[in-house]
Amino acid sequence: MQELDIAGMGSTRVTRKGNNLVVLEKDLQTEQMVLAMGPQHPSTHGVLKLECLTDGEVVTHAEPYLGYLHRCFEKCCENVDYPAIVPYTDRLDYLAGMNSEFAYAITVEKLLDIEIPRRVEFIRVIVAELNRIASHLVAIGTYGIDLGAFTPFLFCFRDREIILSLLEWASGARMLYNYIWVGGLAYDVPADFNKRVMEFVTYFRPKTVELYKLLTENEIFVKRTRGIGIMPADVAINYGWSGPMLRGSGVKWDLRRNDPYSVYPELDFEVPVPDGKVSDIGDCLSRHLVRALEMEESLKIIEQCIDKMPSAEGFNARSAVPKRVRPKAGEVYGRAENPRGELGFYIQSDGKSTKPLRCKARSSCFVNLSAMKDLSKGQLIPDLVAIIGSIDIVLGEVDR
Amino acid sequence: MEEGQVISQSVQQSAAAYAIIKDKFGEAVSAFDANETMPFFEVLDLSAWPEIALFMRDNPKLQFNYMACLSGVDYQSEEKVGIVCNLESLGKLNHRIAVKVKCARTGGSIPSVAGVWHTANWHEREAYDMYGMLFSAHPDMRRILCPDDWEGYPLLKDYKVQESYHGIKVPY
Repeated sequence: MQELDIAGMGSTRVTRKGNNLVVLEKDLQTEQMVLAMGPQHPSTHGVLKLECLTDGEVVTHAEPYLGYLHRCFEKCCENVDYPAIVPYTDRLDYLAGMNSEFAYAITVEKLLDIEIPRRVEFIRVIVAELNRIASHLVAIGTYGIDLGAFTPFLFCFRDREIILSLLEWASGARMLYNYIWVGGLAYDVPADFNKRVMEFVTYFRPKTVELYKLLTENEIFVKRTRGIGIMPADVAINYGWSGPMLRGSGVKWDLRRNDPYSVYPELDFEVPVPDGKVSDIGDCLSRHLVRALEMEESLKIIEQCIDKMPSAEGFNARSAVPKRVRPKAGEVYGRAENPRGELGFYIQSDGKSTKPLRCKARSSCFVNLSAMKDLSKGQLIPDLVAIIGSIDIVLGEVDR
Repeated sequence: MEEGQVISQSVQQSAAAYAIIKDKFGEAVSAFDANETMPFFEVLDLSAWPEIALFMRDNPKLQFNYMACLSGVDYQSEEKVGIVCNLESLGKLNHRIAVKVKCARTGGSIPSVAGVWHTANWHEREAYDMYGMLFSAHPDMRRILCPDDWEGYPLLKDYKVQESYHGIKVPY
């Protein structure tokens, strides 16, 4: 078996299932074929093009092509003021706008030396965690669709709609919020917001169990994902993976715990990593599992925040918002845990201008996707779809 | 850093890591800039950069196994372009440091570290795409976000956008 070429270049074609090699066909001479997947292909989750070199059913090489959604985020940043960048950050990861704004705001605040009101911090965490649930619901729902399960998708989108309504109520927009500002918030939350959020938490908790039974324990779903696209922990770190992808490989690494920001140190929550009982560590199922379990933890965080939040009496959401954001000269790299991993901003300020000299977004999907070439080698074409789905890319963030 | 100012623990850790690198490479690296927001040092000898990178990753006292970010930067006043790498020891020693590498603004090249951290592969392609510096010994030096036949490097401060691209008017 060891003499066989895993990539299937010879006349015997094999594929990798877990730690074993499975022989698919023997003594068969096939031609290499180029198969273009995307940029208009539903399973690539947006405008990603994968050029696959295939030998029969086996992918011997897959090359991702990006840039179809490149909107010059970094060039735009150099031409607008610091607060005006916030709406642009929404458009990076458009499924988790609040988290992107949060990451940007804390980065700029590092250069500013301002005190953020405590209530602002709690509201920020609540909306960010709500958005994380919404984003994971899309990831899980569409992953089901990729693998032929349509029902979970409808369940997920039904529940996501409630979160979007809540966020719309707070900020005025469904997906592109411009709510978390540098130094504060656009507005305080509406009067009954906390009550409605608690209603959602009570409503949603049983739904996570239902979703788990419906999809994560589904026999067909498990067969399609378990043992597929295994990424060992050290390689994952070398590739710069973060978020659910890295935790799927068994590394307990969460920026909310390991490089804490905002009020996360005061909150009590677990960082779920797969234990290898229901999935093989590092495979597609593990990555899915982490997302499914993380929603539960987000609910816990939201509950605690509502308990601990100071009252709205005499509160002004814009009290710490600077009239003119002009940070001191210097550089900063700030980051936050997004649903898809570490979203970082590298900002360079010259100390005179109200515009950044350089603002680079370190996109989590961009980095996670760069492992695609290695992950896809020797996989079957349908498994390739399972792998892309498990990476959970948002092309808005990949291409920026 | 001025006298009497309190240096935070994370900066002290970075300084300790820097001391090991300085000890090994001497003149090839610059002095340590111990600012609070992003402590960094600069690699002065370009050709030593891959060796420094490998040393930083593999030395048991450093173990910078995770490259968080690699950003291209245009240093227009110095007639240089460069990269800023944010490195971290993930799950091992939990310290962080930033490294700067600069090269000539036109026709400059920086040795690639894609063989040390896989993350650098795409990030270096992006830096080339936006700033035009080449990364020598990079396995796949192509543009990544802009089309292959795009003219100029968009994030340079003196960039002028091309008039038309395949018959499409570009400036709007």
